[in-house]
Amino acid sequence: MEFPKDLKYTKEHEWVKVEGNIATVGITDYAQDSLGDVVYVELPQEGGTVTKNEPFGVVESVKAVSDLYSPISGSVHEVNDAIIDSPEAINEDPYGDAWMIRVEIGNTNDLSDLMSSDEYQKFIEEEK
Amino acid sequence: MLKIFRRVFFACPAAVHCTVLKRTPLYDIHLSLGARIVDFAGWEMPVQYKGVIEEHLAVRSACGIFDVSHMGEIEVSGPRAEEAVRLLMTNDIARVEDGQCQYTLLCYPNGGVVDDTIVYRYNNERFLFCVNASNTDKAYEWIKEQVSSIALVENLSDQYAQIAIQGPNAASILEDLSDIPPSEIKPFHFVLAELSGGIEAIVSRTGYTGEDGFEIYIAPTDAKELWEALMYSGEEFGIAPVGLGARDTLRLEMGYPLYGHELGEGITPIEANLGKYVKLEGREFIGAEALRAQKAAGVKRTLVGFRMKDAGIPRAGYEIAKNGKKIGDVVSGTMSPSLKEGIGTGFVEPAFKEVGTEVDVVIRGRAAKVEVVKLPFYKRPY
Repeated sequence: MEFPKDLKYTKEHEWVKVEGNIATVGITDYAQDSLGDVVYVELPQEGGTVTKNEPFGVVESVKAVSDLYSPISGSVHEVNDAIIDSPEAINEDPYGDAWMIRVEIGNTNDLSDLMSSDEYQKFIEEEK
Repeated sequence: MLKIFRRVFFACPAAVHCTVLKRTPLYDIHLSLGARIVDFAGWEMPVQYKGVIEEHLAVRSACGIFDVSHMGEIEVSGPRAEEAVRLLMTNDIARVEDGQCQYTLLCYPNGGVVDDTIVYRYNNERFLFCVNASNTDKAYEWIKEQVSSIALVENLSDQYAQIAIQGPNAASILEDLSDIPPSEIKPFHFVLAELSGGIEAIVSRTGYTGEDGFEIYIAPTDAKELWEALMYSGEEFGIAPVGLGARDTLRLEMGYPLYGHELGEGITPIEANLGKYVKLEGREFIGAEALRAQKAAGVKRTLVGFRMKDAGIPRAGYEIAKNGKKIGDVVSGTMSPSLKEGIGTGFVEPAFKEVGTEVDVVIRGRAAKVEVVKLPFYKRPY
């Protein structure tokens, strides 16, 4: 399982990539593996807002329904519509093709409690 | 389990307190095959190996091998065994010959369902019920309470492991291993065979997937050897181990009921559209009076199958509505791996049961269109 060093992670198993004032959000390799075959995704509208620690969407595997929690507050800059038609991309490429939303960061303080790759790996070891 | 999971549709049935979990004799094999293990009805069972969709499609196109050792086995025997079994069953075991099996419900006097089961008729003095894991103890107590005065009732669940092979290649895989050619076993019949040169087994041509296939009962000590023999024989036929996840999607594509969803103590077989397994004419069995009355009066709700017309996946517990008014509840739902669309079953008011009727399933507060369809959802091409 991979956890790229240049990403930040949440306890709800999302990853965040910060580039300037834009944060790209997806779910981790661990999350997609735990879910199993992903068959459905619901994402917010472009231009809408998301709130830190609040659900912004839903991902469903054959057997489970999970909320997606936003790691930051801000406005939705871009939505990856491609994964709505091909949700299996979330299993195949969780850090690449299957990014979910790009958010214009409202408050950079939101980033302070995100975990590093090492911290996240330690966290999921403890959670198992 | 992940915190992000809003709801996992593989929870332990509520009636079972899963403190000490049981393991089947194949547990180590599941681990070595990379299975993800879940708690199911008090058992540590494989929910998936490589992935639910891949396993599901392997059964539809080649063959799947399932550990179903968690299922319970209850034997009823003695000179009055047939009378005892007929008293318990909604279906009529007197209509089948020795060596046949029959699907039936066991009902309470009020028509609610104790369990659904396949009954094996050895002869008129010996019958075996294969019951759901979640209901084994309850069914055993119920059967004992009702008929132990006229027949011997034994819970043999610890004496049997069970392996199912299901799929178009199942008969070919069993061919080399069985002293009785599998092609000679007709659907819903069983034989006592010797497998793999010495394993005594009950082999029935039955299953829970809609495919051709066999359910094989052996002693727990023989389970590993038989599993490995089937995997070896099945290699050239594309055999794949299949977990409970795909077992559920396979049965739902066929519209087969699952206790706790389409069936339960508060649901009658008439409501669940299983009337063809309820033989009321000229018979008295436990629940007959209530079922006869319900059939005459008509039901207040009935089970239907539906497919999604809008995006989304129906799930057990979602509301079924029409014009914003609740008309029923979803009891099973999934993304169908064969049909690649959301499918489900639910109980609705009878006015909405006709094929083609459009109703809504409420998914996270949003009404999504579904259409009532004929069951099964999936028809096998052979």
